[in-house]
Amino acid sequence: MADSEARRVIEMGYGGNERLVMNMGPQHPSAHGVFRAILTLEGETVVAVDAVIGYLHRCHEKLGELLTYVQYPTIASKTDYVAAMTAELAYVSAVEKVAKFEVPKRAQYLRVLAAELQRIASHCLWLGTWCLDMGGALGGGATVFLYCIRERELVLDLFESLTGARLLYGFHQPGGTRYDVPAGWAQKCRETVDLIEQRVDEYEAMLEDNTFFLVRTQGVGVISRELALEVGLSGPLARGSGIDFDLRRAAPYSSYEDFDFKVPVETAGDCYARYRVRMQEFRESIKIVRQVLDGLPEGPISSRPGVKSVGQVRAPKGEAYSRVEGARGEIGFFIVADGGPKAYRMKVRGPSFSNLAVLPHIIPGCKVADVVAIMGSVDPVFGEVDR
Amino acid sequence: MPPLAVSAITAFVLLNVVIGLVTYVTLLERKFAARMQSRIGPYRVGPHGLLQPIADALKLMMKEDIVPTAADRWVYNLAPVVFLVPCVLIFATLPFAPTLGLADLNIGVLFFLAVSSLEIVGLFMGGWGSNNKYALLSAMRAVNQIISYDLPFVFSALIPVVLVGSLQMSAIVLAQEGLWFVAYPVIGQLGFLAFLIATIAAENRVPFDILEAESELVAGFRVEYSGMKFALIQLGEYAHMIASSFLGALLFLGGWLGPGSDVPLVGALWFLLKAMLVFLLVTWVRWSFVRIRVDQILAVSWKLLLPATLILLFATAFWVALRGGPGA
Repeated sequence: MADSEARRVIEMGYGGNERLVMNMGPQHPSAHGVFRAILTLEGETVVAVDAVIGYLHRCHEKLGELLTYVQYPTIASKTDYVAAMTAELAYVSAVEKVAKFEVPKRAQYLRVLAAELQRIASHCLWLGTWCLDMGGALGGGATVFLYCIRERELVLDLFESLTGARLLYGFHQPGGTRYDVPAGWAQKCRETVDLIEQRVDEYEAMLEDNTFFLVRTQGVGVISRELALEVGLSGPLARGSGIDFDLRRAAPYSSYEDFDFKVPVETAGDCYARYRVRMQEFRESIKIVRQVLDGLPEGPISSRPGVKSVGQVRAPKGEAYSRVEGARGEIGFFIVADGGPKAYRMKVRGPSFSNLAVLPHIIPGCKVADVVAIMGSVDPVFGEVDR
Repeated sequence: MPPLAVSAITAFVLLNVVIGLVTYVTLLERKFAARMQSRIGPYRVGPHGLLQPIADALKLMMKEDIVPTAADRWVYNLAPVVFLVPCVLIFATLPFAPTLGLADLNIGVLFFLAVSSLEIVGLFMGGWGSNNKYALLSAMRAVNQIISYDLPFVFSALIPVVLVGSLQMSAIVLAQEGLWFVAYPVIGQLGFLAFLIATIAAENRVPFDILEAESELVAGFRVEYSGMKFALIQLGEYAHMIASSFLGALLFLGGWLGPGSDVPLVGALWFLLKAMLVFLLVTWVRWSFVRIRVDQILAVSWKLLLPATLILLFATAFWVALRGGPGA
């Protein structure tokens, strides 16, 4: 599409010509990292938005060609640093697919455990930062943020005792997981999810009985089902627009078919619907965590020996695409292997990148304050957008 | 001593008390907010963080004073002062105790309301003079909002005035000797509620803090200010807020009245206590809600609060006429 044509599509027909071009980002309190939105304003109303990304480009895909299959999982976790476990999982499952490695049942369960705890942690951060965007660092938003961070810390503590790291884990390795659960961990995990379940009720009580929160989110940033399909949304955004699609159920990986959980779907397509979807996902994830802990099978945690040298995993010539349902949507890794210890080519499908593409379609016509509410509800992580 | 000198000394003392109060109220708010958020709050500077406000003030004094190259220098430099002066000036008419106070004007409430709305001039100067788009947008919002909310603020503040039949602050307090106006059937509670909402909005506090709106406009009209100029704006804002809390305590909670209030100092303590109660109410609201949008804020004012306070004011007037004249 030509530039002028694109502009015509996203500009709406407003009268008057007193326009103000305002730069929101890349350094801005609610840029969620380094997003730059060039807003054209008429008074308080946004009539056009130009989204600029790429400030956090770190050559992740090139690194995928330079580092070996053993080394790269720790880099994969840096794409989506808020939910590192699922990004790692997507990468190692692509490697396993191309190298045709078996994954023991126990490792599969541990991966599900890590992924669901990660989803809880990621949604905690999302809720906090989103409320921070709407409520301000010096207001009720900060209160919600600090509550959410308090709960995220509990999950990070669990990860710390599991892997020794709190943000970027290196938990997965091709063929299984690197660490098994330590003694007493399962009990601690149960207590943590019980507590978080109570706290989620508290968040809902605080937000959903709050008229100010409702007027800021209901009917704001509506994404229609058609638009969601056209742009290629995934994850809670798509499910908030009435698309009943979740990879964990549609194409189960890592033994997800063993667990009983619901896929929450809302049809309104506004910020509030996306909020509702994520709040229900909290509960579903907690349900899955409990099931994993109940049914954790005995056995080895990896079909491959532990990491001794960086080149010890080799994949035969071939290619594979593997996808998992991350906290933000479909995370995909495409790997072309040439027989050596490194990928010949690697491509990442980051859900935040595709989800962000919806912004120019829904922002024009909104007020400035809605821009941050909508952006927060999209929940982008710029490590994953720019890679 | 000549009366002029006495006035000057009283004014000087009052000014310093106000500034000291304002600095420590920030600590109170931070501690209060911290407790709400399951934090501890400032704790390192002095015992229980008691010296934190002083450390903050010192830090702000030592900060570099930056004037943006493209700023309108005169307007930009003058704005904090223009903003601060009315915010401090409104303390002049507040009677802290029967004999304690700078000037018990017979139009005290009117003076308070008139001068307190002057802050918008400094605010807009700051937003305009900074030559920054965020600041400009914030200044535009400020004009919108403060004009919209000054009316309900004034109307709700006039309810006790109508009940008493006097604009003199001490007269309003004395009229509450039997019954605080917040306990006045129906009118009192509704009036106090409207006053609280209008105060929060007129002070630009969350959920009505669209001019600061740091998630959209970074810091609004004061985004370019640093060091002492920033401190002056902050001081003005808090002074205004505390003055409004004092006004609320005076109009609805009986001012200095309370056990032992014949002694001026005890009366002043009571007054302070009540004002802090109002302040903490406002703070409680602030740290519990998310911010609402500019159009929603205006809608709340023009469609709900303004008609409601107007009706309430008329109802009060009608009641007073029915009763056969003002006086509690």
